[in-house]
Amino acid sequence: MNLLSKPWIWSWSAAALTFVLTIGLTSGRGAGELAYAALSFGAFAAIVGLGQMLVITLGPGNVDLSIPATMTLAATLALKAMASMPGTALLGLMIALAVGLGAGLANYALIFLLRLPPIIATLAASLIYQSLAIWSNRGLRIKPPQELAEFATGRFLSIPNVAWVGLALAVVVWIVLERSVWGRWLLATGQNMRAARLAGVPIEFVRATTYLSVSVFAGLAGYLLASFSGGAALNMGAEYLLMSIAVVVIGGSSIAGGNSNVPGVWGASLFMFLVISMLNSYGAAAGAKNVLTGTIVIAIVIAASTRKGRI
Amino acid sequence: MNALSRYRILLPVVSLAVLLAATFWMQPRAMSYFGLNLLFNLAVPIALATIAQMMIIMVNDIDLSLGAFVSLVACITATYLLDTPALGLAMLVTLILGYAALGAMIHALELPAIVVTLGMSFVWGGLALFILPSPGGASPDWLRTLMTVKPPFAPMAVVASILIAILTHFLIIRSGIGTVLRGVGGNTRSVARAGWSVLKLKACAYGLAGFFGVLAGMALVGLTTSADANIALRYTLLSIAGVILGGGEFVGGKVSPVGAVIGALTLTLAASFLSFLRLSPDWQIGAQGAILILVLTARLIFSRKGGET
Repeated sequence: MNLLSKPWIWSWSAAALTFVLTIGLTSGRGAGELAYAALSFGAFAAIVGLGQMLVITLGPGNVDLSIPATMTLAATLALKAMASMPGTALLGLMIALAVGLGAGLANYALIFLLRLPPIIATLAASLIYQSLAIWSNRGLRIKPPQELAEFATGRFLSIPNVAWVGLALAVVVWIVLERSVWGRWLLATGQNMRAARLAGVPIEFVRATTYLSVSVFAGLAGYLLASFSGGAALNMGAEYLLMSIAVVVIGGSSIAGGNSNVPGVWGASLFMFLVISMLNSYGAAAGAKNVLTGTIVIAIVIAASTRKGRI
Repeated sequence: MNALSRYRILLPVVSLAVLLAATFWMQPRAMSYFGLNLLFNLAVPIALATIAQMMIIMVNDIDLSLGAFVSLVACITATYLLDTPALGLAMLVTLILGYAALGAMIHALELPAIVVTLGMSFVWGGLALFILPSPGGASPDWLRTLMTVKPPFAPMAVVASILIAILTHFLIIRSGIGTVLRGVGGNTRSVARAGWSVLKLKACAYGLAGFFGVLAGMALVGLTTSADANIALRYTLLSIAGVILGGGEFVGGKVSPVGAVIGALTLTLAASFLSFLRLSPDWQIGAQGAILILVLTARLIFSRKGGET
């Protein structure tokens, strides 16, 4: 009973159910491969989802719409700097993280200095990042360095390396949220910004660091995704806008802020990938797949809101 | 307050005038009937989409599915409305009712509009792919004729924009229902206390958004004469930017239909202006973001001054 009251149990149960339904079609074959793929692809959604979760926790109106553009820009610049040369993986990582940091600073500057609503600020900024990425990419597809590609597609203890990165990040975020002063400040700000300010929480510092973190996470995800898929593409981040918001909501975090849920984000990331692969293995066409994905997200948002109503 | 409300419509007008003057200076030949027609060619669907977005922003929500919705309407217009007009019309009416139902659901269950509309963008996009898996279709003749009509004195796009602005101004600013709808954005609780059903009002606002979204999709097909499932995806961003450029606020029901149309015209013109500048197409998207930031900065400076006096 105590377990059922944990918000993250829902996303994990949904993921498990989808897994069983998909495996049921192939009568058990390919279960290992499916789990492996879900962990690999889920990791990218989880990394950006964790960042988006922090932003959404800040309270109503806080959301980062520049995640796809930041991912693309970070990946493009990092791969360009590495130029497929061996031994440059660390340099690329540094560049990707620096791009994320820069994007986060720019986003927050717009929000703070121009008093823009975060939605418009990140939207306008993302248009500029997108242009920067188009300009610096010029349609080239630079391969990641050999050892980086091997790392991104490789495994350790039969779990994908990218999943290890995502898991490590989740643990760090969980500890910071649950055990550090900053995490308490973030939750307090999200629950009632005015009360938090009166209680002496440095609101603007919390907001700044949150918007920086989400962009750095997006930079990291872009870097890993490009290394995983053999190069940066201009539309590589596109699906991660809905994904990042959906995994936060499905994962049991409150969309109104002030309440976050780290394990739920991972469960929801696995679920989102498994739903799409389930629809694939049932032979759904591209149109039907999109309709079902959208419907499932909305259905879960509705279910989450009615569940809240009962408690 | 008086000064501020005057600034609100002043700034979009000034932005458009400056941009128009700069365009004429760069390319004097644009200062003609045909020049204007080319400059504002795609303004009508963008203006209609911006009005649709404004209906949603008016009740303090935001619609991230509008671009996909307009694409879906374009696909239906280029196929069903052409071949079987009755069925096509029925589908479009169903879509408008669907939008109204969505608004009612978002209000009744207190759902976050941003997530629901993001999910809906997949639904609309999927349906559009279903109807038109590859680009094609054709515009109904009457629609084509309507969109390419050549009125005297000013090109079709300009005349139509002025008409849209006037009609929506009366609908939203002057009429009783428009005032109550803006009241939902301003203070939902007091509107409810005054005996209005907020549920119905929200459904009405979303229904209006669906209606103008349908008009936008039809106008787009009338201009392009064919459709594809991704034809209007960028309208989501353009419409939000247009509302904000036109002096609309995100919360509080402070919107301006005239401003929104002017904002849409400014964005349309910006694209033409950038190509006159011989700016590489790489920067087209970024420049729209930069213009948006620039105008918002200007507005901040204006409103600060307005606050001081």
